[in-house]
Parts: sequence; structure tokens; C-alpha cells
Amino acid sequence: MKRLILLLSLAPALALAAEAGFRLDRAPIDPRDLASLQAGARTFVNYCLGCHGTQYMRYNRLADLGLSEAQIKDNLAFTADKVGDPMRTAMGGKEGKDWFGVAPPDLSVIARVRGADWLYTYLRTFYRDPNTASGWNNAVFPNVAMPHALWTLQGEKALEVTRTKDASGHEIVGSKFTRISEGSQTPVQFDATVRDLVNFLVYAGEPAATSRKRIGIVVLFVLGVLFVLAYALKKEYWKDVH
Amino acid sequence: MSDQQKMDKTRRNLLVATSVIGGAASVGAAVPFAASMWPSERAKAVGAPVEVDVSRLAAGELAVFEWRGTPVWVMKRTQEMLAGLKPIEAKLIDPKSEVPQQPEYAKNEYRSVKPELMVVIGVCTHLGCIPQTKGADAKAEMGADWTGGFYCPCHGSKFDLAGRVYKGSPAPTNLVVPPYTFVSDDRIVIGEDRETKGA
Amino acid sequence: MASRLMALWDWFDSRMPSVAEEWRKHAAEYYAPKNFNFWYYFGSLALLVLVIQIVSGIFLTMHYKPDASLAFGSVEYIMRDVPGGWALRYIHSTGGSAFFLVAYLHMFRAMLYGSHKEPRELVWIFGVLIYLTLMGEAFFGYLLPWGQMSYWGAQVIVNLFATIPLVGPDLALWIRGDYVVSDATLNRFFALHVIAFPLVLLGLVVAHLLALHDVGSNNPDGVEIKKHKDPKTGHPLDGIPFHPYYTVKDIVGAVVFLAAFAVVMFFVPEMGGYFLEANNFVPADALKTPAHIQPVWYFTPYYSILRAVPPLFNSQFPGVLAMGVATLILLFLPWLDRSPVKSIRYRGPYYKSALAIFVISFLILGYLGTEPTTVWGQFGFDAFFLDTREIATWVARAFTVLYFLFFILMPWYTARDTAKPVPERVTS
Repeated sequence: MKRLILLLSLAPALALAAEAGFRLDRAPIDPRDLASLQAGARTFVNYCLGCHGTQYMRYNRLADLGLSEAQIKDNLAFTADKVGDPMRTAMGGKEGKDWFGVAPPDLSVIARVRGADWLYTYLRTFYRDPNTASGWNNAVFPNVAMPHALWTLQGEKALEVTRTKDASGHEIVGSKFTRISEGSQTPVQFDATVRDLVNFLVYAGEPAATSRKRIGIVVLFVLGVLFVLAYALKKEYWKDVH
Repeated sequence: MSDQQKMDKTRRNLLVATSVIGGAASVGAAVPFAASMWPSERAKAVGAPVEVDVSRLAAGELAVFEWRGTPVWVMKRTQEMLAGLKPIEAKLIDPKSEVPQQPEYAKNEYRSVKPELMVVIGVCTHLGCIPQTKGADAKAEMGADWTGGFYCPCHGSKFDLAGRVYKGSPAPTNLVVPPYTFVSDDRIVIGEDRETKGA
Repeated sequence: MASRLMALWDWFDSRMPSVAEEWRKHAAEYYAPKNFNFWYYFGSLALLVLVIQIVSGIFLTMHYKPDASLAFGSVEYIMRDVPGGWALRYIHSTGGSAFFLVAYLHMFRAMLYGSHKEPRELVWIFGVLIYLTLMGEAFFGYLLPWGQMSYWGAQVIVNLFATIPLVGPDLALWIRGDYVVSDATLNRFFALHVIAFPLVLLGLVVAHLLALHDVGSNNPDGVEIKKHKDPKTGHPLDGIPFHPYYTVKDIVGAVVFLAAFAVVMFFVPEMGGYFLEANNFVPADALKTPAHIQPVWYFTPYYSILRAVPPLFNSQFPGVLAMGVATLILLFLPWLDRSPVKSIRYRGPYYKSALAIFVISFLILGYLGTEPTTVWGQFGFDAFFLDTREIATWVARAFTVLYFLFFILMPWYTARDTAKPVPERVTS
């Protein structure tokens, strides 16, 4: 408990620390890959929804991912009575605060806050740390309150920080992960799992994004035609002036 | 006028073409604005079918459920009540339920799927007030020949125990029977037809 | 059919002739100089954006909830559950930035061709008042999504008022209606954003246009077209009726503008974080300030000025004052400018260089306002009088001084500038 209080008192400093540092991997996501989005939704429901809701997202909206209402109801909508209900977490905010020190945030728009690359790197860089309350730490988000939710898939890792000096005497801080235990997935499979999950979170951040771009092309085409006509009309009228 | 005479053919054609495309584009631009006024996904989710349990209804009891923000009455009618529906037909505007105020499967003498179970929307078809239940014992108020039914406090419309409107009421039609379907003997889904079920 | 319509129009016209009269006065027989160039699109575009903002705002108001516990969710509700709601929201968010972009270019046009000078001082003053009102409108509106940037932006700006000597703290309290930015603040900002300021804005726009149409438009040559009129018709020789010539021309401009608008709205609505900031997708939290907060891009030049001015007697007020003066000084431009000519085409090197330096200062201050003050820390060099990590602050200070010198020295350098002879008639 004492450690928790200490952690909380450090929160502002930690938030700052989180901004700096670890180089992010590019998330190889594809919003048009429905199979990936479906897999991501499944991972989300099974591993994340226990603590994090996406309360602005309705289950029946997942029809966007090529799922039928019956599929959504039978395979995904575990926390709702009706498929039209929002994807709320079963856990209350107070319980979360008691367990983790902070209430797990809603993830509806997390991808719009953090960006896909941050999420993709963050979810893959948890490591064992005996000095934290949860026993876990993260390379992208140091001293994060969240334990590694996907550790059974990834296995456990440790982080070794190396400090070397270059020729001019400046210190170079490097970090290297070492494996403690194997997970149920190979590293390649795990990267794909996280990719799908991030793909889903990006979709959930703005479900209208795909149709938005489609409509945009039509709008630009119409404006293009209108431009040609309006320009010709202007030329025609301005013959009087010139 | 001289402007119009000067306007040659090209000018007129371009003017028409630009106006047509510009007009079409404006209509297109108005679409999201107009569309935003239709029921949202939230309204649709709230208005989704509701499943209700009617096993605890006592004979002659009426329960009120909410569907799409309106009260739906479910009443377990006694044999006596059902028997009373036939003799009063002459006093009703539409005793045979000819006006489509009910799904096809509820167009019968009891206006219900199961004879004893009445399911109607408790909203007066006159101007939308919620009628009150008046039992057969309310003869002092409703007249000596009252056999039980519903009375709208707003403008005095009267309905029988199948939601059929009495002659002389301002309400023009019978109460609406919503689409509903039995998922088991005691459970009804209100708002869902038998046909659409399981689609 | 056509004759029926004409008859209906005659019926209407004989009962309310002022409609046709106003149409003639402001469009069909409003004679505008025939040599308007690219810079003259932005006036009509500003009007277009105003209409876009009002219409999209009305429809957003139908779904938005000005309540601290519901506001953030209602914006996501608009984005997801309201049919077409995402389009309304992006139209309005893109429109907010577009409004300032168009307004800045429109104001730059005035400075280029001397549109602020006699006899158009009132047109300019109404324009500056529109700009100031727009800043208020944008500030109130920015709180409404109730994200972290909304919240802390409002917190910081309201606290600027608290630095005013004597009345400051009470004034800030009165603006907020609470000890921190809260539900009460949100509710009143909503009222000001959707009713009060739009009404003022519309009134000022009408005044701006009436004043303009009374004196007539300026042009890239800065000559008065009313000086040479056709003796028979009485119309300016270098003027053409606004309708149809400039209506068809402005339609072309509007279509190009809308295409650019559509590119942003449909493909990059966040505009790399400049139009919609990532941190504003985090709900407002009174207990946690985001690591970097900065205002939206259109306020950043003034924000830079605020940060550049060092505190005096332990008070931030000098910075706040500088920021206020930086905007209000625009009102005096017509009298600071002593040049005998209007257009940049006939002005001498002093004004040309001064205007160039001013624009560069404005852009650099704008850029620095989007970045933390340590942005150029890596370029630090050893100098005895500078804290090298704060190089950006010193650059901001230098350009703040240049910003003010543009105005303060204007009476001197415009009077001494070597003006070229101005032609009698517009050059085509």
C-alpha cells in the first residue's frame, strides 16, 4: 500500500518521463484488413475488456468488421444484454482504483491520443520488475500501473540497461530484453496479435474513418467537375471586362 | 433586360450546367445535416426489442413494460373477461380489427397471439394520452353496462379489454398492438415479429 | 409559368421594394474595381466560412450536451451514434481553423494594398473588431469538447485575467463562476459561444459590409475608382457590377477553397494535431495537467509574445498586457500609417521591408508558440549573457520587439518612405 501511495505521488513526474525516450516501432496496421480487425476485436474482448471499456463503441457497430449480429452476440458481447449496448467493462472505476492505483481508462479514443505506433510498441515492451506494485514495468510507459495483460501469450522478459561511453566520453544508454519464460505464442505470432489489437483500437478510435475517406473522394470529384464549370462560366462573363 | 439579350448561348448553357451541378452539390452537402436528425444509434439501441417475463402475472392483472419509451400493457385476461368481449361488439367502432392497428397474427377476436394474454401499447389513438384501467366494478363512473376496459382522462375515449375503441369516443381507432413474439411460454419479446426472429 | 413567377415577383416587389433595392445597392449595381486579384477572394470566403460555422454549429447544438459530466461523451456520441454526425463535427472543427486562416490572409491583403487607409478606417476597425470577437468565439468554443486541452487551455487563459492588478483575481473568478474551470464555466461558455458572440459577430459583419459599400472597395493599385466616372451613366469607369462579375469569380474561389476544406475534413481532420489535438481526446481532468499545453495554432503568435515577456515585480501581467496590446494595436493602424499612397505597388522600400519583417515575425512567433520553450535547446551555444537552453525564448523576445516596432515606428518610416507616383486609373 505504501508503495502505491509513493507511486501516486510520483504520477506527474512519471507522466513526463513517459513522454521522453523509447524509440517506437511502426505499427504495420491496415484498416481494410477485416480478418485482422476481427482478430483484434476478439483479443480486445478476451484480454482487455475485463478492465477497460470502450464505452462509446456499441457492440452492433462491429458489423463494420464484417460480423453478423448473431456472431457479435455469441462471440463478443459478453458484457451486454443487447447488441446495441456500449462495450462497457464489467469492472467499476472504484475497483480499478483500489487494485491498480488508477482507474483503468476507457479505450474508445486511446488510439487518437497515443497513436498506433505508441500502442504497438507499448503492448510489446512489458518486462518483469520486482520494484513495482504489479511486478511489471514497461519500456515505453515507465512505472505504468497496468500489469502485462497479454503475458501468457508473450511470456516474461527482463530489461537490462547498459551504459557505455562513446569515444568523446558521452554516455550512451542502451536497453536489451532478455527472456525469462516462453509464452504460448512465438514472438512473430505475438507481434501479429498485437498488430491486430492495435488495428482494432485504431478502428474503434474513429469507426467512421473508412467511410469518411470514401465519401471524401466522391466530394472532391464533384468539386472538381464544379470547378471546371464555374471557371468556364467566369471566363465567359469576364469576356465583357477584358 | 439588355443583359439577358446579350447573354449568348454558351453563357446560358454554362449558367445552367453550373447551377445544376452546384445545386446537386448543395443538396449533397445538406445530407449529413438532415440525416443527423434521424434517431441515433443510441435511440435505436434504446428502442430495441425488449424481452419480458409474464409468468408472475396473476389472472386479471395488468403489467406495464417500456418499449421505445412508450408503455406496453400486458394483461392476463380471465375466461370471464374474454367471454365479455363478444356481447359488446355492437358498441365498438371496429370490432373485427379491420383497421391495421395490429400485426396480422393479432387480427382476431381477442387481438392477441394467446387468447388470455393481451399485449397493447397503452397510448390513446386520439392524441397520445395514457388511458387508465377501469375494471368491471367501475360501473358507478363508467355507466351500468361497463364490463371493464380503459378510459382516457384527456378526452374521454373508452376502450374494451382488447383495446378496441367504443363508439362515441374521440379516438378513431383501436389501441395499437405492437409486434411481439413468444420465445417461451412465459417470455415475450416486444418489438420483434415472428417473421424477423432469428434472421 | 415564367409569367406567373414574374407576376408573383411584381406583387412582392410592389409591397416590399427594399429587397430589390438592397440587391441593387449591394450586388447588381455595386461597382467594384475591375482589377481585384488573388488576395480579394478572402473576404467572400470569410463570409462563406461564417455561414458554414453557423449552420454546422446549429446542428451540433442539437446533439451536444453542455454539462461537465456529459460533454466529452456527447462529442463521441456525435462522432459515432448520430447519423452523419462525424461530418458535422469535422466541418465545424476544420471551419474554426479555416476561419482564422482566411481572416489572416484577408487582413494581410488590407496591409498590402492600404485598405485600412482613409476613407476606409471604419471598414478596418469593424474588421479588427470582427477578428477580436472571433478570438473570443474560438476560445469559448474550444472548451466545449471538454478534453484535456480544452480544460487546461481555458484554465490558463482565464488565469491570464487574474494577473490584472487589483481586480484580476475577482475577475477570473467571475468569468469561471467557480474556483476552477468547472461545469458552471462550461455552461456559460456554451451560451456565449452559441448565442452571444455569434450575434455580435453577425452585427459586426453587417457593419463591415455596409461601411465598405458606402465608401467602395479598394484595389491592388490603391486608387479611388470613384474619381473617374462615366459622365452618362455615373458609374466608375474602372468599376464593374459586383453581380454577375464578382459573384461568378467568387464562386470559383469558393469551389477551390471548399476542395481544400474537403481534403482536410475527409483525409486529415486532425491536421497533424494542429486542428484537433491528440490530448483533447483525453477527458478533462482537473487533477492532471498534460505535459505540453499550447493553444490552437491561430493563437500561438500571441501566446509566444506572452511567454517572451519576462515577469516584472513577480507578476505575469506585463506579458498579458503585451499580448493584449499586440491585438488592440491593430485598431490604430489607419492613423499609424502616414504614407501618402495606399498600395504596396507604389510604396517605397521602408514599408516593404517593414511588412516583410512583420509577416516573418508573426510566422516565427506562431511557430514558437506551438513548441515548448526548450525547442531549440540543442542548438545552444556558450555565451555569457544567454541561458543557452532558452535560445527559443530569446528568439521569441527578438521577434516580439520587431512585431511591436512595426507599429511603433510606422508613423516615422511611412512618412519618410519614397513613394512612387500613383496612376490616375487602375492598371489592368
